[in-house]
Parts: sequence; structure tokens; C-alpha cells
Amino acid sequence: MGKLFSKENGEVFKSPLNLNNPVAVQVLGICSALAVTAQLKPAIVMGLSVTVITAFSNVIISLIRKTIPNRIRIIVQLVVVAALVTIVSNILKAYVYDVSVQLSVYVGLIITNCILMGRLEAFAMMNGPWESFLDGIANGLGYAIVLVIVGFVRELLGFGSIFGFQIIPDSWLLDNGGGYLHNGMMTMPAMALILVGCIIWAHRAYNKDKIQ
Amino acid sequence: MGKLNTNGNAYTIIYASIMVIIVAFLLAFVASALKPTQDENVANDKRSQILAALRIEKGSDYDVQAKYAELVKADPVYDGSASVKAENGGFAVENKNLTKDNRPLYVAETPDGKKYVIPMTGAGLWGGIWGYVALDDDCETVYGTYFSHESETAGLGARITELEFQSKFQGKKLFAGDDKSKIALSVVKKGKEGDISADNYVNGITGATLTSDGVNNMIQKGLSDYKDILDSLKK
Amino acid sequence: MEHFFSLFVRSIFVDNMIFAFFLGMCSYLAVSKTVKTSLGLGIAVTFVLLITVPVDYLLQTKVLAAEGILGVDLTFLSFILFIAVIAAMVQLVEMIVEKFSPSLYAALGIFLPLIAVNCAIMGASLFMQQRINLEPGSTQFIGGVGDCVAYALGSGIGWTLAIVSLAAIREKMAYSDVPKPLQGLGITFITVGLMAMAFMCFSGLKL
Repeated sequence: MGKLFSKENGEVFKSPLNLNNPVAVQVLGICSALAVTAQLKPAIVMGLSVTVITAFSNVIISLIRKTIPNRIRIIVQLVVVAALVTIVSNILKAYVYDVSVQLSVYVGLIITNCILMGRLEAFAMMNGPWESFLDGIANGLGYAIVLVIVGFVRELLGFGSIFGFQIIPDSWLLDNGGGYLHNGMMTMPAMALILVGCIIWAHRAYNKDKIQ
Repeated sequence: MGKLNTNGNAYTIIYASIMVIIVAFLLAFVASALKPTQDENVANDKRSQILAALRIEKGSDYDVQAKYAELVKADPVYDGSASVKAENGGFAVENKNLTKDNRPLYVAETPDGKKYVIPMTGAGLWGGIWGYVALDDDCETVYGTYFSHESETAGLGARITELEFQSKFQGKKLFAGDDKSKIALSVVKKGKEGDISADNYVNGITGATLTSDGVNNMIQKGLSDYKDILDSLKK
Repeated sequence: MEHFFSLFVRSIFVDNMIFAFFLGMCSYLAVSKTVKTSLGLGIAVTFVLLITVPVDYLLQTKVLAAEGILGVDLTFLSFILFIAVIAAMVQLVEMIVEKFSPSLYAALGIFLPLIAVNCAIMGASLFMQQRINLEPGSTQFIGGVGDCVAYALGSGIGWTLAIVSLAAIREKMAYSDVPKPLQGLGITFITVGLMAMAFMCFSGLKL
């Protein structure tokens, strides 16, 4: 087991969470990161789905990497990803129907999430299954973290709730004599972009070497 | 075994074919294994919407199927001349297939008496909206409503799904006084009520005029379309 | 005719791929450094959309759906088939561009093959799949190849419009004094956010 958790593998795992975060640094997989984050619950389901799909597609591609004909390798990768996404989408529809309605087409769009193809091409084609699994989980989680932060801020400020539980008491609201108003702008797509911009700002202010 | 030539044509083609077959079988298996659960979810979602119109709050913890079986006694389908063309099977009619010749009605027995639930669809600001309106057995008083939408603006138009808006309809009258010729129930912007009787209107959602107008048009059209059926039930 | 027009205008401004659905963000952010390459990529995306959406529509309604020629419900294969059609189309466009405009080919570089994983392309097909099930009266309804063409053209033009205008802003922004950590990607995101807000004013548009 010692080798499984060696220092190199630790690096494989830690780097996407911070220094090489797929969303904040490599700008991959933005599309879905923004669209599903108006509330925390779909953001988490989406983050988990992507993590699972990245990890398993990484393992599968890594296992068959020596047999894949070079000319059709992109197609093979796409087919593996598309198959996994179809399975996940079916599972979501069967077990968390309300979330799958909220996620709508964005589950299908995991196929075109650049994180997946990027990791398959850059990592799984060259590394063993265990490293690839770690890499997939870590990149998925790095993506999920950004989703959760954005989802948290948007739901708190936009709806005054977390996970659908009311956090801001009703008595604060302007309608009820208080001085507070939910920021409707937060629920719009536009604010998601600005929030991600701010996350990148904070991330780069902290990690100076990433400044462009 | 020696080293495989992974770049040859024959190898590539065989590889691709085997992969396609494996994937197709795998997906077919998963899809058919999960299909019943998925269909059940879709059906339960519709049931819970109908129940929401019967004042059973959506999202609260109850067994949707049992409750639906307990309350909804029949779902006849009506044809263009307001006569029953099928005693049951209205539930299977999807909302988008509602036509003059194909109008389902849900008949429920609640603790508050007999209720009729009418399905309806319309257009909001961004996309479709739909809903269910439950009427008392006088066919004139609204018992409860349920509305939902595809993609209205969150926090504004999307608030038609909230109980706060939907419950405002309870107890409202379909018709203005003795004039039973047209549906008077409407959604009106605050301050624009004019001389409509308080029994006949509900205030729209502030900041979501177009969605509120959409709900208004949907209710007017939906109820007008069922007016002949309601007349026949009253007799 | 009216429906084509409303679908077309709606998908450019109201249901804009970038500002309303964030589709195709990866290449949108990466390629939008100069107006010229942006325009090239926009045209390529529009072209691919114009082919893939109608083809996927025919596949969906004539082959995969339960009432199609095979008579079996095969919609669970839709993701794989859509992506295969898209990958094949992109390959074709790549060959055409390489032959007729080597300079554009060089400028687009890696992003041409990446159109295959451009969410806007896949997204358009998936939205098409959803919209088939809408009520025929809805302005977003897609019920035939003509509707698909109007939708694909509108979405493509909307995407091109978005990327070209962002590129123009970024060209000007090179001279602005932006805080160091915010430079590059950060400020681009915030700019896109502000543009999206501007596009929100189209939301009340009734056609």
C-alpha cells in the first residue's frame, strides 16, 4: 500500500485542488460551472457527477490505453465518456428526479466538459489506472470546490437560504418592515461570471506566480 | 503474443466495432433497468402536482401514490362535445397533448368534499408554464391551484411556483356575479384592479408582469376551454 | 415564416448561447484575444451548428424515437450518436478550412478540433432534443428541419456576436490599468458578466 500513497501520488492529488485548479487556473469546464450554481444542491450533484465520471473514464482509458488505435483515440475517449454520462444521467433521473430536472441539458453537456477530455488526453493516456483514478478524483473535486463556493454565495445572497433552508429571517425583508432585500441579480447568469472572476482574482492574489 | 500492430486498418475497424457493441449493450442494459423507476418518478411528479392543487403541499413528506389513490377517484377524458369519451385514462394524457377533443378531468374526493381538477398550459416570459386548478363541486369556486414553469426568472416569475402566490386563489370565484357567460377570474397588476370584484382577481407578482400576464391568459383560456364540461357537471 | 423569424431572433439575443446558457465558454475565453480569429472561429461554429442540429434532429425523430423507423425507443443512445455526428462534422470542417484558408487554420490552431468538445454545439443539439417536446405554440418549439436551421443559424450568429464583441473589448482593455492579479482571465470574466447583464435587457422581448 505504501506505493499507492507515495509522495508523487500525493502531488497528483493535491495540485488540481489548488495550484492547478481546473476551473480557476486552467479555465476548463466553465460552461456547466456557471449554469448550475444558482443553488447549492444542483451544484453539489453536478460536482459529484463530474468527479465520478472523470475518475472512471480516467481509469477505463488508462486500462485500455495500450490497445487504443492512435487514429481513433479521440473517438474512443468520447465514446467512453458519452457512455458514462448516459449512465449517470439515467441514474440521476431514476433516483434524484427533482435535481435532474434542474440540471436539464447540463448533465449531457458533461460530455463536452473540457476537464474530461483534457485529463484523458494529458494524463490517463500515459499513466497507470491508480494514478489516473487519483488524478480524476482530484480534478473533479477541484471543479466541485469552485461550484460549491459559487453555489453557496449565489444561494445565500440570491435566495437567503442554504440547501433550501431559510437562513435570512423573513422579518429582515423589506416587505415585512426590515431593511434587507434578496439580491435578485445573484440568481441571474451574469453574476455567476462576475463571482468566478472574483474567485480567480483572489486565487491569483494568493498564488502570485499564476499572474498573467 | 508479440506486439500488436495497433495502427493497422483491420485492427482499428475491429476495435471500433467491438467497442460499439459493448457500449451499446451496456447502455441498453442500464437504460432498460432504470426505465421503470424513471417513469415512476415522472408519474409521481405529475401526481404530486395534481395533489398540490388539492391543497396537499408539494415537497412535504407523504406517500404520493397512496395519497393520490386515496383522493383522486376518477380521471375521465372528455371530447369536443363535452361528453365523456373514456371513463379513465386522463392521467396518461400529457399536458402538451391537451386539445379540444382530448380533455382530461380529475375528480377527487377530499375531506372538504368533491373537487374537480383542471389541467392547463400556457406561455410565460421565457418558456412554457402549466398548472392545475381545483374547483369545488359548485364548479365556480376555486379550491386550490398549482403552477409551474420551464424557465421563468428565478426570484421573480419563478415565484408562481410558491405557495404564497398559489394560495391567493383559494376561495376566488370563476364568474362575476350572475354573469356566467365568461370566465372572470384573472391575475391583475397591483393598482390596476379597476372595478373587478375582489372575488374575481388575484394580484400578480411584483416585478414579473409578463409571467403574471402569462398565468392570467393561461387561467382564462384553460377554464374557458373547460366551461362546457363544467356546465354539464353542474346540471 | 413568423415562427422561423421569432426563433431566429430569439436565439441570437434572448437565448444567447453565451450570455444565457454559458455554452462554449472554454474556447470563447481562450480565443477571444483578437477580433480576426474570433470571427473565424465564430463562422466555423455557426457552420458546424448548421449541419449538426438538423442532422441530429433527423436522427432523434426518425431513428431514435419510439415512433422512428426502427420502432424501438433508443433515445438512450442519443448522447453517443450526437457526439459522433459532431466529431465527424468537425473533422470535415477542419479539412475544408485547411484546404481553403491555411492562415485561418494556423490561427485557430488547436481550437478547431476542440470545436468538437465545444459545449455550444452539443448544447444546441441537446436543447433541440428538449424543445421537440414543447407545445407547438411555444416560441421555442422546434418541429422540423426548417426550425432547426433557424435555431442553429441564430445560435451560431449569437455566439459569433458574443465572441467578436468580447474580442473587441479585450483589444481595447490591453491599455487599461487593471490590478495585477485580476489581469487576463479575471477581468475577462467580469467583462463577460457585465455584457451578460446588458443582454438581459432583451429578456422581455416578445416576438
